[in-house]
Amino acid sequence: MERIPILKLGRALLVSIQVDIHDRLAKALEEDLSEKIVATSAKGVMIDISGLEIVDSFMGRMLDNIAAVSRLLDADTVVVGMRPAVAITLVELGLSLTGVKTALNVERGMALIGVGFIEEQDGEDAPEGDHEHHTG
Amino acid sequence: MSTIRDDVLPIVHSDDVVRVRQQVRTQAIAAGLGLVDQTKIVTAASELARNTLDYGGGGTVRIETIVATSRRGVRLTFEDKGPGIADLDQALTDGFTTGGGLGLGLSGARRLSNEFTIDSVVGEGTRIVIARWK
Repeated sequence: MERIPILKLGRALLVSIQVDIHDRLAKALEEDLSEKIVATSAKGVMIDISGLEIVDSFMGRMLDNIAAVSRLLDADTVVVGMRPAVAITLVELGLSLTGVKTALNVERGMALIGVGFIEEQDGEDAPEGDHEHHTG
Repeated sequence: MSTIRDDVLPIVHSDDVVRVRQQVRTQAIAAGLGLVDQTKIVTAASELARNTLDYGGGGTVRIETIVATSRRGVRLTFEDKGPGIADLDQALTDGFTTGGGLGLGLSGARRLSNEFTIDSVVGEGTRIVIARWK
């Protein structure tokens, strides 16, 4: 069965949903992510949905579930890259995803979950928070 | 009124829901709908296609692109021969569900459409027609 790849970058897990996916694939992602959070001790999960042309109630619930499950597993979730038309439609649909943190782009998303994914050479671009530095 | 395109797609597997979304998008673009209107009708179609599959036991959707002098848009007709809906008012209430979902499918699809009609007979099936105009 096909799967959506989950990338590990530092203490974060990254998922980019590039194409319209069917419900089974969405459910598989939910399960894969929770297992991977535990296996990697990840502190943050970032889901890029900039490739999604719509988010319906099923996908919305999946994002909500992922956020709730990862919170229980001690990881923060942020959804990035939602298209404006998708946001307008979601609200009218009746889903405001109150349990999900969002950010406009990957950079802000990483800052929001407090997990730096690349250590800058001068160490000055790390996000604030309790981020651990491993310079040198 | 002239219909420039008229397709009927099956809704039998969950992959079909994806195909319905793609076909509705294509025809919404052909009808000249703007991006937000396209997104709304595709999202409504996704909700109703999933309902057809999950509650109706599968069915079909007819997708019409309508281009008339007075209006342009997309009209969708979902039909199934499932158990039908006994209480339509209840089914159209936000948060009501018999299937463990969020209960936003029908009510949400209605909000996302300019026209919405539903006919359902218990034991015979359900027919829902929605439209989004430019």
